[in-house]
Amino acid sequence: MSEPLVYTFAVDGDNFTSAGEASVKMKKNLRMLAISPDIIRRVAIAMYEGEINMVIHAGGGVATVSVYADKIEIVLKDNGPGIADVELAMREGFSTAPETIRNLGFGAGMGLPNMKKNTDSMSIESALGVGTTISMTVNL
Amino acid sequence: MTPYQHSVSLNSEKCRGCTHCLKHCPTEAIRVRKGHAVIDAARCVDCGQCIRYCPHQAKKAAYDKLSDLPKDKWKIALPAPSLFGQFDNLDDIDYVLQGLLDCGFDDVYEVARAAELVSDYTRRYMKEKSPVLPVISSACPVVERLIMLRYPALVEHLLPILPPIEVAASEARREALAKNPKLKSEDICVVFISPCPAKVSYVKNRTLENKSGVDFVISISDMYFELLGVMKKTDDSGSISKTGRIGLSWASSGGEATAIFNEKYLAADGIENVVHVLEEVDNGAFPELEFIELDACSGGCVGGVMNVLNPFIAKARLRSLRRYLPVSQNWGDLSETKVPDEVLVHNDYHYESVSSFGSDREESMRMMSRMEEIFKGLPGIDCGSCGAPTCRAFAADIVRGNASIDGCPMLWHKDKEENKEET
Repeated sequence: MSEPLVYTFAVDGDNFTSAGEASVKMKKNLRMLAISPDIIRRVAIAMYEGEINMVIHAGGGVATVSVYADKIEIVLKDNGPGIADVELAMREGFSTAPETIRNLGFGAGMGLPNMKKNTDSMSIESALGVGTTISMTVNL
Repeated sequence: MTPYQHSVSLNSEKCRGCTHCLKHCPTEAIRVRKGHAVIDAARCVDCGQCIRYCPHQAKKAAYDKLSDLPKDKWKIALPAPSLFGQFDNLDDIDYVLQGLLDCGFDDVYEVARAAELVSDYTRRYMKEKSPVLPVISSACPVVERLIMLRYPALVEHLLPILPPIEVAASEARREALAKNPKLKSEDICVVFISPCPAKVSYVKNRTLENKSGVDFVISISDMYFELLGVMKKTDDSGSISKTGRIGLSWASSGGEATAIFNEKYLAADGIENVVHVLEEVDNGAFPELEFIELDACSGGCVGGVMNVLNPFIAKARLRSLRRYLPVSQNWGDLSETKVPDEVLVHNDYHYESVSSFGSDREESMRMMSRMEEIFKGLPGIDCGSCGAPTCRAFAADIVRGNASIDGCPMLWHKDKEENKEET
């Protein structure tokens, strides 16, 4: 099948309590597609971390998930402040999350590394003051 | 594999085909077909929500009746701790236990006692076996089944220790045989007095090799009315109860978790909250937690649909009942630090997706895109009139060949309106 199944989710930056919902919805969809639970879990985790990041740092954004016959592609696009040093941001434990967010148990600096760990490929395009686009794929 | 047996039955005369149960089913297992609710057995987790929300009492829990119990056997009652929370002005559990004996039981064994044993074994397990954290309680059969059906990655987190009901059954048998040397094991009949239908299913579905030690399951509400007739406030009963605070606390949410004596726990109750927690844990959230207690019913076991009282009142009553009790009165073998083999559960677990369109991915992707196409044309108000809980579920039913687009009354209505405008 050549045409992918495409799902788009608007991630609301003003509502921290709803962060993570797109990942739950996507999981529900993937369960209908004879995809192994391990892969579903990896996609859900990568997406969840990305969603949380977009809400904490970028005031929300858009998550697009495309399911192909051989892979799942997740694109997270925001118009936030951008990442100053991508290499630094990828380091485990590096975090710029504000204290209030850390108090909630987020912002431990594990988001991006966790996204990388759970996907087969990941690329970050970021420009200061313009925004960030993260593309990830998980092979089926 | 034999199909899973459930414990919810439908009185089709009372069922009006309304949408209450449909809307409250956490696994979308119910459809209304030809005016009556039908449960998909593969998806049902026996949570009892449909029984709780049916305004016509058409959904009923299936359990044994007191009159089903064999007359000629040595009958041991296994009261769930939530039973004690049902009574007004009760200040001593012994009145209830004596009442059970007066109702015709030959012996009683409180499940709360077995719960204290399970708490002890769980503490040992956490210390000794360095388990995959967080450990998730397996005492609520609804939660266990939900995890097996929907969260295969969490199966290895399930506490592999038999639940109190099963430990109680074997302890009760063992005690009875020791006390009455003439008694033979086959003369004994173990009767669990249950707060919920999920426990009935648990007993029914234990496999042949792992047969349940419980022979009959009756409801707390049936037993309650029976007990009211015989319970008297006399002091001649002596002290029968051998349970402590921990055992009684198992009846409500948090009781099992606090008995682990480990601060890093979470206790959630109510099926919706349980699903939320499982989703997050499945995503790897809360890495700091070591134990998770999940109860499908709001309030914990006191919230089961086979109880009589409001769960929060029952909880308050249990709190006053346990007031002067010692912390615990039951422990495993003190000379041992290990979890005994006979209470460990060995599961052969095979995951089978219940949501998937099929086993072939390409085919299911084609079905999924058809479903999305159909869904776009639906009103999206999730009214339930078609018999499916949501428009998405309806679209999926159509693709699976279980429903037809004509089933949507909103579309008919729209057609009619449009025709009117044209003429």
